[in-house]
Amino acid sequence: MSSVAHAEGHDHKPEGFLDRWLFTTNHKDIGTLYLVFSLTMFIIGGAMAMVIRAELFMPGMQLVDPAFFNQMTTMHALIMVFGAVMPAFVGLANWMIPMMVGAPDMALPRMNNWSFWILPFAFTMLLSTLFMDGGAPAAGWTLYPPLVLQGGNSFAFAIFAVHLLGISSIMGAINIIATILNMRAPGMNLLNMPLFVWTWLITAFLLIAVMPVLAGGVTMLLTDKFFGTSFFNAAGGGDPVMYQHIFWFFGHPEVYIMILPAFGVVSEILPTFSRKPLFGYTSMVYASASIAFLSFIVWSHHMFTVGMPLGGELFFMYATMVIAVPTGVKIFNWVATMWKGAMTFETPMLFAVGFVIMFTIGGFSGLMLAIAPADFQYHDTYFVVAHFHYVLVTGAVYAIMAGVYYWLPKWTGHMYDERLGKIHFWWSTIAVNVLFFPQHFLGLAGMPRRIPDYSVQFAEFNMISSIGGFAFGLAQIFFVYIVWKTVKGGKPAEARAWEGAKGLEWTVPSPAPHHTFETPPEIKPDMIAHPSNAH
Amino acid sequence: MKNLKMMAALGLLLASTGAWAEYGLNMTPGVTEFSQIAYGLHMKILWICVAIGVLVFGVMIYSMIAHRKSKGAQPAQFSHSTTAEIVWTIIPILILVYMAYPATKALITMEAPRDKADLIVKVTGFQWRWRYDYLNEDVSFISSLDAESNRVRQLKSGEDPSQVKDYLLNVDHPLVLPVGKQVKFLLTADDVIHSWWVPALGWKRDAIPGFVNEAWTKIEKPGIYRGQCAELCGRDHGFMPIVIKAVTPEEFEAWVAEQKKSAVAGRVQPIADQS
Ligand SMILES: [Cu+2]
Ligand SMILES: [Cu+2]
Repeated sequence: MSSVAHAEGHDHKPEGFLDRWLFTTNHKDIGTLYLVFSLTMFIIGGAMAMVIRAELFMPGMQLVDPAFFNQMTTMHALIMVFGAVMPAFVGLANWMIPMMVGAPDMALPRMNNWSFWILPFAFTMLLSTLFMDGGAPAAGWTLYPPLVLQGGNSFAFAIFAVHLLGISSIMGAINIIATILNMRAPGMNLLNMPLFVWTWLITAFLLIAVMPVLAGGVTMLLTDKFFGTSFFNAAGGGDPVMYQHIFWFFGHPEVYIMILPAFGVVSEILPTFSRKPLFGYTSMVYASASIAFLSFIVWSHHMFTVGMPLGGELFFMYATMVIAVPTGVKIFNWVATMWKGAMTFETPMLFAVGFVIMFTIGGFSGLMLAIAPADFQYHDTYFVVAHFHYVLVTGAVYAIMAGVYYWLPKWTGHMYDERLGKIHFWWSTIAVNVLFFPQHFLGLAGMPRRIPDYSVQFAEFNMISSIGGFAFGLAQIFFVYIVWKTVKGGKPAEARAWEGAKGLEWTVPSPAPHHTFETPPEIKPDMIAHPSNAH
Repeated sequence: MKNLKMMAALGLLLASTGAWAEYGLNMTPGVTEFSQIAYGLHMKILWICVAIGVLVFGVMIYSMIAHRKSKGAQPAQFSHSTTAEIVWTIIPILILVYMAYPATKALITMEAPRDKADLIVKVTGFQWRWRYDYLNEDVSFISSLDAESNRVRQLKSGEDPSQVKDYLLNVDHPLVLPVGKQVKFLLTADDVIHSWWVPALGWKRDAIPGFVNEAWTKIEKPGIYRGQCAELCGRDHGFMPIVIKAVTPEEFEAWVAEQKKSAVAGRVQPIADQS
């Protein structure tokens, strides 16, 4: 199609709106679609969190019926996990992976279009259950039977939505693997790839391995509910605990699906703003791979209280604790990357450093939760809620924000407003700690999770937490404004938007032309993101 | 500068946590061997994490202060050190082993097979109450949220929960248990999965329809111990508390005798009639 060399300002963007966005096969446009979709879901899921925090603002039931409260906690989680965090990382992958490995586009562009356009339909279906008879699923995002089977017929819509999300994720993962393995420019061998590409390659394999398991699990729920099977019904010879094994065999790798790409983003940003090569590139790759492997053999740490034999408890406790080793290697490597650098603290760096500190706090509480005899106390309390919000909000979401600020100049051709970005970081960081840190105390003091009302002894910390929640929510509206402002205008960005930035994506102009690397670039040593490894 | 301010704020926070101790900041040691084991492990691992955190964040914060471009720092170019990487793989492994040893011992203690129970209580969870059967005593009853909490917790009741004694943590019929006796619980459920949790005993255990889970306790001190259902079990999951009244064995005998006397009145109705 384009053997003709590109003239400046003429880069074959389709003209019509539908042609440009609905029928697009361009990795950059699809990346944008993913990111905009993710931001929309982040706001919707955030609004649900606001409902939750408003009801929990003080003891007593003031706003919503407990049944609706349960729909909110369930939908908040489903939307944030499948609608906000995962699509955001796929969006980053779409935008950046082809540019980072010197490919003209994703390997399977039409499938790329399809895997995105499934999402709006899936979430329309999932969200529409809120307005149906029986309401949205209300058994928690884990959808444990028998409780989840007590819902109305709207349950079928939720299950089909999950199926669609799984199809979308698997297609996205296939595309990413095919791109990375087949489309690298000559000279971009596997151990020259940026870490973001590596962590996504591993994540894609995790997705292909576990999304079918989830699909199988929820299909069994569907047949139990509508076709009279008894997979999980003890009265019919089934086993409700089997569902938990199936779910968490998906669910634990799922948490690494949400955090490995975050590790990748942070591993790109810290070297740039430290002006120093990433420390221990090879061990970062091996650590990611071992985390991925271990993630398959720890699932029952979510089930210590279902009644397991001693041997099972010991195995899952040890396996979970072992994950601390490769995770520790990563954290130490990041610190060593910063050590003796020449650091500046632009917004992406602030979010990346915030990620390292607060993700580590979430890692500590994760280690505590791994200790089975103590987990008999922690399990299903607000301590767990605090733990996974530290790793998912100040972990995954912070890495996404860091990545957005980092690559926004490349996407839009404009520098974002640095002052506003810094305000956004400090505002979010103070608010998020006011929001989640007291939840550790609530859990240890005995407050179970997923309750709409609580004993008055928990009143103070819940109020503090809610105030932090509202402030954090507001900060993200501010974030939307910053992004919008950057899209509309701002200081023109150079090709290499950051002084210390290395890697192929910074060799193309900002904004990146609609088509990049139609002929493979010649990889020179200074184009490699982490040249440390080039022995 | 910002980092210094942040550190000062963090210091203040840590200092003030001591003062907050009475307001339910931490796990409590509880009143059983198991709860003390859980508490001891919790504190031990918490302090190890705090120590590692202080070390790692300390190095990071120092680096962020000292190695800034604005201070004229020249970036070093080192990118790996096999020695360093081996050291920070081995040391965490040693720390983990140090943690795993007491954790393993604790698990073995908690899961050790016990032959003789002084009392067996069957606990059945159902939406949204608990039913207790004293298996060898022919005493059973259903324990529900107390009427006052139940009135106040209704949506837009307009009443002030702080005026209710033990709001949401009170029941009509507490589970009466003797102190100093081995009590064996058999836990199950009638409809969906629940989880029976009294923090002072040191564990929670799921009550699963079609399964019978086993758990043990020996309460050391008389008193009232409160807990809640810990597994999301539907609309009123937040409103099925648990209250244990731990009494001396003599008082317990008297209580059982009294229950048997009023057995006809106290006899539990079939669950179907209750909901
Ligand atoms: Cu897990
Ligand atoms: Cu329950």
